[in-house]
Amino acid sequence: MSDNLLTVAYIGAIALFIISVWGLSKPETAPRGNIYGIIGMIIAVVATALSHEVTGYGPLIVAIIIGGTIGAIAAVKVAMTGLPQMVGLFNSFVGLAAVLIGFSELLKLDGTLVGVDLTIHKLEIFIGVFVGAITFTGSVIAFAKLQGLVTSRAVMLPGRHWVNLAMFVACVGFGFEFMSVASTEAMMLPLAVMTAISSILGINMVMAIGGADMPVVISILNSYSGWVGTATGFMLSNDLLIVTGSIVGSSGAILSYVMCKAMNRSFLNVVLGGFGEGATPTGTGAKIEGEATPTTAAETAELLRDAQSVVIVPGYGMAVAQAQHAVSDITKFLRARNINVRFGIHPVAGRMPGHMNVLLAEANLPYDIVLEMDEINDDFPKTDVVLVIGANDTVNPSALDDPSSPIAGMPVMEVWKADAVVVFKRSLGSGYAGVGNPLFFKENTFMLFGDAKKNVNAVYAELTNSAPETVQETVLVAS
Amino acid sequence: MTAIVTKENETGEQSALENKKKIGIPKEIYPQECRVAATPDTVKKLQKLGFSILVESGAGELANFPDKAYQQANCQIVDTQTLWSQADIILKVRAPQLHPTLNVDETELLREGATLISFIWPAQNQELLEKLAARKATVLAMDAVPRISRAQKLDALSSMANIAGYRAVVEAANHFGRFFTGQITAAGKVPPAKVLVIGAGVAGLAAIGTAKSLGAIVRAFDVRPAVKEQVESLGAEFLLLEFDEEGTGQGGYAKIMSKEFIDAEMALFAQQAKEVDIIITTALIPGKKAPLLITKETAESMKQGSVIVDLAAEQGGNCEITKPNEIYNHNGITVIGLTDLPSRMAAQSSQLYGTNLSHLLKDMGGGENYKVDLEDEVVRGALVLHEGKVTWPPPKVDRPAPAQTAPKTAAKTEAKEEKKSGSLRSWILIFCAGLALFGVGMGAPESFLSHLTVFVLSCFIGWQAIWNVAPALHTPLMSVTNAISGIIIIGGMLQVSGSIASAPTILGAVAILFATINIAGGFVVTQRMLNMFRK
Repeated sequence: MSDNLLTVAYIGAIALFIISVWGLSKPETAPRGNIYGIIGMIIAVVATALSHEVTGYGPLIVAIIIGGTIGAIAAVKVAMTGLPQMVGLFNSFVGLAAVLIGFSELLKLDGTLVGVDLTIHKLEIFIGVFVGAITFTGSVIAFAKLQGLVTSRAVMLPGRHWVNLAMFVACVGFGFEFMSVASTEAMMLPLAVMTAISSILGINMVMAIGGADMPVVISILNSYSGWVGTATGFMLSNDLLIVTGSIVGSSGAILSYVMCKAMNRSFLNVVLGGFGEGATPTGTGAKIEGEATPTTAAETAELLRDAQSVVIVPGYGMAVAQAQHAVSDITKFLRARNINVRFGIHPVAGRMPGHMNVLLAEANLPYDIVLEMDEINDDFPKTDVVLVIGANDTVNPSALDDPSSPIAGMPVMEVWKADAVVVFKRSLGSGYAGVGNPLFFKENTFMLFGDAKKNVNAVYAELTNSAPETVQETVLVAS
Repeated sequence: MTAIVTKENETGEQSALENKKKIGIPKEIYPQECRVAATPDTVKKLQKLGFSILVESGAGELANFPDKAYQQANCQIVDTQTLWSQADIILKVRAPQLHPTLNVDETELLREGATLISFIWPAQNQELLEKLAARKATVLAMDAVPRISRAQKLDALSSMANIAGYRAVVEAANHFGRFFTGQITAAGKVPPAKVLVIGAGVAGLAAIGTAKSLGAIVRAFDVRPAVKEQVESLGAEFLLLEFDEEGTGQGGYAKIMSKEFIDAEMALFAQQAKEVDIIITTALIPGKKAPLLITKETAESMKQGSVIVDLAAEQGGNCEITKPNEIYNHNGITVIGLTDLPSRMAAQSSQLYGTNLSHLLKDMGGGENYKVDLEDEVVRGALVLHEGKVTWPPPKVDRPAPAQTAPKTAAKTEAKEEKKSGSLRSWILIFCAGLALFGVGMGAPESFLSHLTVFVLSCFIGWQAIWNVAPALHTPLMSVTNAISGIIIIGGMLQVSGSIASAPTILGAVAILFATINIAGGFVVTQRMLNMFRK
């Protein structure tokens, strides 16, 4: 295949990738968008394979078959609650691939490049490997945290900012050495040492970030995996990689921005980590006192049966308890009785952006009743019952009322404006942010303590048990 | 210690039952009063709080709650004497008065030192207070519950006002000879009724809502401009008076207005009276005679067949021609001055009042920890007699209206400053970017610059494209970009063309392997997810 044809194929692939992202703007067009992405990828790979630069088909085909099989099996097997882990792991692969390609590229240096071209090429290799290594280890740690292999709490070394800074400076130092030596063997050492240091840097950075900030971390690493692609593109003078990498990079950056906005925190604040644990928050917040009103599944069912408008606010707790199917049963039961049931999703609910939407979709709930925070917040005063399932900080009124609270200013779901709120929760413990929640002590709030799934099932059982009675009542009224 | 425990165990449940505080629900003796202080439903709430309940035989009959219903709810049905002598706490609707059949005052029947909770109106009933004080009674007046948000659930005045507002419309409809809603029928067009509601308190708002849902055109007036929003939220039109005076008084009630204001107001009503079919007045000022708003002339200027409902009839009436407790025809205009509207919906009002009472008793600690807590603002407000000592009126708790405006402006200025520093930062950023570009332009070769062009432009394209993605699809977006970032496979492919055992080939092959996992896994899982999204 000629170079021109290759370039044209790349342009086609780029266009398809962009169209693919466009397709995701609406659920209706999203599946088609995904298909465009697949076609674009096939064109890119086949065109590259046919170009005169690629001749080693043996290893290529073997690697693709093995990798493709592993990937497809993993994708089919993964549970929807395990998606954040999977995304984390996949991000790490991009980082790893970039490191490997960087080393390989170094080994291929053959003296055809001289002067500025050589300097730039070496710089590209160095930066590519640096970003790749951070992405790789950072993503592996994110995966391990989400999978529960290491603690999801923020683990902070004393003076870790200085340690991180020292490591960064060391990397830059080795960079100068890398640039100044000429032979491949001499360059290998500083590059390898730098790879080791930046790997540790990646680990250290992600370890310091706690569980509920994971949506941001996953987004940032997603972004990095894009920039890694861009860096590799510069390294190989390949525009396709540059363009695709920057689209992915922008995507991750935007998602991180959206997440940070939803927590009213700056990007740096999240990346530097240590929220609510260890680091001193700006204020401890007003002390919250009062008595929470416990309730039972039967009473909750009664509330629901008498309601006209119900909003369900799920959080990570629902994912942990795998309660989405039980929630779906309740929703269907109530909707069949002409009760308006909707879902309100806070942007940072769950462990990755849009996590709740996927879980609810998995439980066969139509997406048009699943609304964003901004869409539903104004409707709470007109809502009869709100069910808060496994959410805490995202429904905390002190974010709005109490300027001294550590989460002050964070936009939250204003559930307390509804007539009644039932909170499904294990205990009165505070949420991830370590902030007490005055919502639990409000007069229109009822607490249903215990495992979310068990309780949701119990409420559903109560609803179905008492169903005939309700029918009788209607008959009575009608006659 | 052990001995005591065993002893307690022996007496067992019986002693627990006996130790329970007893609540007595007497039959109301006020003529035409149909309400009762507890319904078979609210007694369950009281029992849950740890009280045992005595109900006077026939107490709920007029509200359609027969004795049998109370018996089913585990209440003891007793006669008048037993009830008053045994109960620790008496729940009533109306203030105590002379018992017509026993010919003794209810205050005499009350056990010495017992507690009475009912409507008392202490300001108007000094004599009653003295009688109760003589019995060393503890008395909580439901009409004296402070109007703070915590006490809303036990605000019986609001519950009753709500019912009165609803019933006022129903009574008006009963005496109004036309539809409320406009209709176009085969037999001709029917215009909708026009209703004017004066005073948008709880009763007024209830009346607005009811009239509106019957299909009438509703207008409302209130001296407190703050209620405009509430009125409009119910779909009514708020009549504005071009006058610079605000009528918001203490506790959310209205205050007395200046003479000029009242004149302007009356002129407005006089003009409206000619247009509307029904006027419902609900204007009250606490502790004062109701303001006169509809003069005789205004009333007479209304169309024939019009209806006036005066909810302030008991306090002297808002309308000059109102006769309390009467419905009569004044030159073709029906004037309704009923004062027992809540009692006319006894089942509903008993239920709400009973719930208010159960909330009060819950706040006072329920059956086990029952106590009169003088520190509790709500209890202190309602408490008019404490063990025979008069505690009314309660010491004033100043509750200034929350200063809403100040923090808002502060926040605004803050935001402005932030904006300023933000724009400064963005200028610095642009300057730095320019400097960096200049540096690159000085040193870098042409091929690098063309790649840089592609890079910068694609960043902008990516940024634009991603913003369109629906938040619900953020997870699929991540997995699809995950798959796309597997494009790094191209980098691997360019490495594998050397000899099969060379380091670059091996490194490249491993890179391809991982990148393919990404591509296959990413696309497959995205497709799986997207197939779940359905309408």
